Amino acid sequence: TGGVPRVPAPVTSVLSLAVTSEQIEHLHRRFKQLSQDQLTIRKENFDSIPDLEFNPIRGKIVHAFFDKRNLRQESDGLADEINFEDFLTIMSYFRPIEMNMDEEQLDRFRKEKLKFLFHMYDSDHDGKITLQEYRNVVEELLSGNPHLEKESARSIADGAMMEAASICVGQMGPDQVYEGITFEDFLKMWQGIDIETKMHVRFLNVDTIAHCY
Amino acid sequence: GQRSSESHKNSSQSFAIVSFKWDHVKEPYIIALWILVASLAKIVFHLSHKVTRVVPESALLIVLGVFLGGIVLAADHIASFSLTPTVFFFYLLPPIVLDAGYFMPNRLFFGNLGSILLYAVIGTIWNAATTGLSLYGVYLTGIMGKLNSGLLDFLLFGSLIAAVDPVAVLAVFEEVHVNEVLFIIVFGESLLNDAVTVVLYNVFDSFVGIGAENVTGIECVKGIVSFFVVSLGGTLVGIFFAFLLSLVSRFTKHVRIIEPGFVFVISYLSYLTAEMLSLSAILAITFCGICCQKYVKANISEQSSTTVRYTMKMLASGAETIIFMFLGISAVDPKIWKWNTAFILLTLVFISVYRVIGVIIQTWILNRYRTVQLEIIDQVVMSYGGLRGAVAFALVALLDGNKVKDRNLFVSTTIIVVFFTVIFQGLTIKPLVQWLKVKKTEHRDPKLNEKLHGRAFDHILSAIEDISGQIGHHYLRDKWSNFDRKFLRKILMRRSAQKSRDQILNVFHELNLKDAISYVAEGERRGSLAFIRSPSTDNMVNVDFSTPLPSTMESSVSYLLREKAGPVCLDMQALEQRRKSIRDTEDTLAHHTLQQYLYKPRQEHKHLYSRHEIMHSEDDKQDKEIFHRTMRKRLESFKSTKLGINHSKKLNKIHKRDRGQKRRNSSVIPNGNIPSENPVQDFTLKEKDLEFSESEENNDYETLHLGKGVDFLANVTKQNFTDTPAGIDNPVFSADDDQSVYMKFSPWLSSEDTVVPSQRARVQIPYSPDNFRRLTPIRLSNKSTDSFLLADGPEERPRSFLPESTHM
Repeated sequence: TGGVPRVPAPVTSVLSLAVTSEQIEHLHRRFKQLSQDQLTIRKENFDSIPDLEFNPIRGKIVHAFFDKRNLRQESDGLADEINFEDFLTIMSYFRPIEMNMDEEQLDRFRKEKLKFLFHMYDSDHDGKITLQEYRNVVEELLSGNPHLEKESARSIADGAMMEAASICVGQMGPDQVYEGITFEDFLKMWQGIDIETKMHVRFLNVDTIAHCY
Repeated sequence: GQRSSESHKNSSQSFAIVSFKWDHVKEPYIIALWILVASLAKIVFHLSHKVTRVVPESALLIVLGVFLGGIVLAADHIASFSLTPTVFFFYLLPPIVLDAGYFMPNRLFFGNLGSILLYAVIGTIWNAATTGLSLYGVYLTGIMGKLNSGLLDFLLFGSLIAAVDPVAVLAVFEEVHVNEVLFIIVFGESLLNDAVTVVLYNVFDSFVGIGAENVTGIECVKGIVSFFVVSLGGTLVGIFFAFLLSLVSRFTKHVRIIEPGFVFVISYLSYLTAEMLSLSAILAITFCGICCQKYVKANISEQSSTTVRYTMKMLASGAETIIFMFLGISAVDPKIWKWNTAFILLTLVFISVYRVIGVIIQTWILNRYRTVQLEIIDQVVMSYGGLRGAVAFALVALLDGNKVKDRNLFVSTTIIVVFFTVIFQGLTIKPLVQWLKVKKTEHRDPKLNEKLHGRAFDHILSAIEDISGQIGHHYLRDKWSNFDRKFLRKILMRRSAQKSRDQILNVFHELNLKDAISYVAEGERRGSLAFIRSPSTDNMVNVDFSTPLPSTMESSVSYLLREKAGPVCLDMQALEQRRKSIRDTEDTLAHHTLQQYLYKPRQEHKHLYSRHEIMHSEDDKQDKEIFHRTMRKRLESFKSTKLGINHSKKLNKIHKRDRGQKRRNSSVIPNGNIPSENPVQDFTLKEKDLEFSESEENNDYETLHLGKGVDFLANVTKQNFTDTPAGIDNPVFSADDDQSVYMKFSPWLSSEDTVVPSQRARVQIPYSPDNFRRLTPIRLSNKSTDSFLLADGPEERPRSFLPESTHM
């Protein structure tokens, strides 16, 4: 079907100010391609994307698509399959900022993106990025480089964790314990850096033609 | 001339003891003198901070040039010096452009390449066309009076005055510090518009020569085709020479002294080759610099890299100084001056107005496609920063007065325009930028987290692009970096350099280095590194050593912990906190590993200072003993698995010798102070440890093999060696400490291409990042043989630090 997909109402609320109908159509086509004309996608469907194979953090990214926290569902854990609406929801995390956003919207936008990132790192869903989880991420990230050994990755992760600790908590008293990076700490880490300009994909760009369905 | 012939005549009568051979040295003498004058002028300018903060150096130099030119004119009544196009294009411009290309921030450049190309190509064409046509239009109305130029002449003039000048942009923006995106767009534009300028200039120059009547459609088409040929050809020439340069730099290991020379010569050749083939020489040398930087920087030694950097900067800066000064001098030449108020004024007006219009239109188009939008403020800076400079002047000076009848008028106008933009716009751009509150560059210390997350982003966005089926920015970048890793690196980079080139690692090493240096600085400040042990600092350190620690493993590692310097680094405390929070063994282990890597530098430095300054108590010595044993053990085991038995036997011998030595020679042991609040407890532990290690040592090579660091750690954990907790955590320590030991006895063991820094290297402070990099995970090197013992990469690197080294 080539016509404009009938996007259910909840989606528009999620994607308000975001994606044009063209782009939705394009994504819909892509969705159908991935799902092989089914209504839902499973994890296995992502295997059909050839370029994704070489991506070091493939696992986490695919995982993120099924993470219920990202799908804005109240429950926790992993969904088995997602439909187009969910697909769009995830994609919407990557839309770029629009020129006419006000402070509050920008802030919310930023928090959304950071939350997505946070969920990716926090694999056990406990709201904290512990050292081990951080290490996993770094190891995966650096696994693309064949010359780096696991030890180096670990030490880098450790170093990064310490840096995070010093940013987030600064001077710690003798009895303080640093459990892991919470979301607030995570936000603090990202304070100076404008993630909005970094974390987006081009095609989800441009017009704020608020589509009315 | 005369004098020499006179002396010659005289010589027939007598021998002239001394003679004044001015003509003999005239040429090089004058050149040297001018360079000296220009450099002295720079010194004088910078004496007054107030002036240099307000007035850009380029403006000052021009004024000085005018002044000097006036003097020369008054003295000689002729303008003897001027900026000739030949000198400019062959000697003064290449260093500047090469400097720009070699230090170009590639990622930023290619990330904004689309915008840059748009401004460079379309923008320049727009500027040239509108300026030329407008001037012609006004001319037709007769305001300008009588000129000998036709449409083509005006277009020719338009094309040479339209181009934004890289020298001027660099000179002015350098002092302004706008944010990097803005800078790279304006600067990139100024570099890449050379192709357009060259083509337009040549086309119109030849059209003027041919005569307006003979210009046919074919000629125009040829002009358009020549644009593509010139630009792409120039780029390809640059890339070819970059490839050549990288390849050559791969093999220059044994000719370190002339290594820097290759960079300059080959780049210069790229410039000349392009010029010879009438392609865009600026593009060639720019891309030569851009493409070769990564590989050359990886291949050449640290010293060569520094040499290249400084020489390039010196040449570029020197050339820039001379250019501006001569711009001033060349202005003082009564022969070339032809004043036409209307023409000059209108030129100024047109170039400014059309630039603004051009920028606005193009930005509007670009913003539809750009992810980071260019705002009004950016556009203002871009318009205002479109400075004309010496390139325009050189091009106009090249004009043939016979073909272009109004050459002198053009020259005068160009001079005025250049002066105006450089002096006036240069003066006012800084306050303008401040007034508009343009976003400035943020200078931040490299944060490991930023790098990591940046990398994560790259991958995430790449993945999203893949998933959504779009070919985007990240997809392309990904593909390129895969291609680079698979093919280019293997060809162009030295094997030793290939391994250790990871951005994240670099930042990590830098941070380690910084920590180390601050540690040492603190030590220096306090006079010695014994400060660690003072009671006051113990209090500041957030570890409570008074109570016995739960696990044996922890307790022996605590000796390590105590070597922190509380006030020096925040990380230490964060580290401490984590230590307390960690409950399971594995985390403790990891934690200690972390400490090793961060402590490593401190250990290193401590070793150097502690040789002579720290009084070691008994327990200290024994702690060190433990460390040494475990480290040595690991080293030997590693070596035994990789090298076979012979070597390990040798090590064994040395080892035994060492052990004896060690007992006697406490000052050698590097592990420094371990303040002991509980001497008794510590002693017992250590005694046990000592005994353990002695008996176990020889049996443990196999089990302690270092196939993979992780496995090793796991092994040791399981076997629960009480004497090796330090050993677990000190893969790198062992190497370094053993370094000190081994280097003393067996310097002949060093060989090529291995990882650990040599004794000599470690003696140097501050360490260069490259050296330092080698201090951390040795496992970076796949070259297994002797990796623990021997220096990473070219051994000349450490050697070269030493003045008495002869092996360069």
